[in-house]
Amino acid sequence: MSDVRVAIAKTYKLYIGGAFVRSESGRHDVVDDGVNVPRGSRKDVRDAVKAARNAQAGWAKKTAYNRGQILYRAAEALESRAGEFGGDVGEAVDALVHYAGWTDKLGAVLGTINPVAAPFLSMSTPEPTGVVAVLCGPDDALASLVSAIAAPLAVGNTVVVALPERTPLPGLDLGEVLGVSDIPGGVVNLLSGRTAELVPALAAHRDVNAIIDATGDPALAVDIDRFAAETLKRTIRGEHSSLQRLEALTELRTVWHPIGA
Amino acid sequence: MSETTTAPQGTTTNGREPAAVATPRAPLRWEYSPAPESTDHVRLRERYGLFIDGEFVEPAGGAYAPTINPATEEPLAEVAQAGADDVARAVAAARAAQPAWAALPGLERGKYIFRIARLIQERARELAIVETLDGGKPIKESRDVDIPLAAAHFFYYAGWADKLAYALPGDGVVTPRGVVGQVIPWNFPLLMAAWKLAPALATGNTAVLKPADTTPLTALLLAEILQEAELPAGVVNILPGDGSAGAALVRAEGIDKVAFTGSTAVGRDIQTALAGKDIGLTLELGGKSANIVFEDAALDQAVEGIVQGIFFNQGHVCCAGSRLLVQESVAEQMIERLWTRMQALRIGDPLDKNTDVGAINSAAQLARIGELVGAGVAEGAGLRQVSCALPDRGYWFAPALFTEASPAHRISREEIFGPVLAVTTFRTHAEAIEKANNSPYGLAAGIWTDKGSKAFEVAAQLQAGVVWQNTYNHFDPTAAFGGFKESGFGREGGAAGLRPYVRQGA
Repeated sequence: MSDVRVAIAKTYKLYIGGAFVRSESGRHDVVDDGVNVPRGSRKDVRDAVKAARNAQAGWAKKTAYNRGQILYRAAEALESRAGEFGGDVGEAVDALVHYAGWTDKLGAVLGTINPVAAPFLSMSTPEPTGVVAVLCGPDDALASLVSAIAAPLAVGNTVVVALPERTPLPGLDLGEVLGVSDIPGGVVNLLSGRTAELVPALAAHRDVNAIIDATGDPALAVDIDRFAAETLKRTIRGEHSSLQRLEALTELRTVWHPIGA
Repeated sequence: MSETTTAPQGTTTNGREPAAVATPRAPLRWEYSPAPESTDHVRLRERYGLFIDGEFVEPAGGAYAPTINPATEEPLAEVAQAGADDVARAVAAARAAQPAWAALPGLERGKYIFRIARLIQERARELAIVETLDGGKPIKESRDVDIPLAAAHFFYYAGWADKLAYALPGDGVVTPRGVVGQVIPWNFPLLMAAWKLAPALATGNTAVLKPADTTPLTALLLAEILQEAELPAGVVNILPGDGSAGAALVRAEGIDKVAFTGSTAVGRDIQTALAGKDIGLTLELGGKSANIVFEDAALDQAVEGIVQGIFFNQGHVCCAGSRLLVQESVAEQMIERLWTRMQALRIGDPLDKNTDVGAINSAAQLARIGELVGAGVAEGAGLRQVSCALPDRGYWFAPALFTEASPAHRISREEIFGPVLAVTTFRTHAEAIEKANNSPYGLAAGIWTDKGSKAFEVAAQLQAGVVWQNTYNHFDPTAAFGGFKESGFGREGGAAGLRPYVRQGA
């Protein structure tokens, strides 16, 4: 017996539809002085949006209590694997805990019973916008990424994330945490790759309903908004409280029901 | 009044069985004597200028255009046409007025808005008549819906002006956006002006409003009301003009927030123009809303709701129930009952108090409706159109329905914005939901069923900003209105309608 053990390197993969996959393009980039990561393609974007769309109705139909528990379990999973993220996951875990608690409160904060001047029960409730693209900034820390994912999830949206181009590893590692949490496949999809390739494809995709633009790039913002306008996507950028962010990721639906014998 | 006389044998035009005393198989005829609303009460000016900084002024370019009555093609008045210079002047007036307006205590700001509501109520009859003259909608609708709701919107938002800290979740610090540019459509001219102006003013913004080029008159009467209310000069500026004036307004230097109601194509254009800019934007755009009738619905009640859904305001309604989805088991009888009911609709003089369906708003819109109906026929859907005498002059389109409208047909996908209904069938709930959601639009939907539990179950799965259960086309200032998907973003009505007009700290 020898006491020499050869370490095995980790093969990083995209996280699409609950599966860990290589980029269909077969390409890779090298980050962090020697780690290979898949270079996602426009086809990977399309696959990810399709997975997010397919998962959205089921995720939205879960009870708010259930979504809250699932997000809380993701917080537990992240906390327990802090070591893989260099130890400092406190802020990211807290973001998950914070949004886990929002799932069954938002209706009370944003919803209304409307005192209409006619014999109807009229009520407005916050509903998920649909599929949300999260466009990360170049230096986004894990906590910002987790916040940008947890907010749309809390209200029943599904997400496709374009991870930071130069620092995708925390995001890809996060996928491995979420992959063993109770978050259904397709609810979160994570893509590494080039911003210039992924972001326009995501912003222009006709089945994306909203975009969280954290790129912080004013020139790119113009392009993103122009792509967004093709299908009237909502775009969200800048500083927001968690409630403002949640509000921007929901649609109020007003239902009228007659009152009478 | 035109009357249809094409009811099937043995059925009266109001859908009842023939009375026992009537000769069998001879349809009763329900003739209505003309009941025109008198226009004596209305004194329109020959010419209307632009309303800038509290005064009616000449347009910089000197351009005027007639606004016509679409029911007669007769001109009603000459109306100034704003150009880019006028837009700049109006924005400057709004900018100058904004700090003092925002600094007014909320209660005082609200009192001006209450005054506007009261003056609209006092001049309700005049406003209703002018709305009908300028736009072609039946007087009973302008009298009973447009004008009362416009007053109600001002009344509702007036009351928010001193309660903004409670209206919006957050730290209670609410800052107006500043100067807002607002562009409104021709289908509910005064009501849309109210939807836009009331929340903007309540939150301390000042406004430049562009009414639609075919229906500027009630906005200009509103300008008179603003003068009468002694609203400080510059707080509201009204710029009649065509699409180029609207395009200039939403791109104008110094605009902090844009609100637009109109077509999805123009909405997309505005969003593109504002790309990358920190300018608030709300868009209330088109729709192709599904009206879903389940087999357990009260069918006669549903027929009334379908008629209300698609023929109200000649179908010039963004949330019109223009796609009828009927459960297969009741489809045949449903369509026959609807067809019978449609033939009893009274089409003609919008000023007649009995009229159900008035004039199409413009020659351009009539051509658009005709083109899409032609496409429906060409693509193989079955057209049934009410056969009735129509006035010789003016723009008219008799109510129509298409049976066997496939989801791929243009009449099922594109907004017709006219009195044309596309009918298709479904078998299961899941199919109804899938078909209803199979549209880039997501503005509204209707559900007809006797089971409340089913109605709420289906409503929860519809991608629609408004869902009417066993009713259709009800509106109220307290209830948020706005779309999912390509029907736009942002809400009007309710506390939610205040949010686009303020900034809040993070």
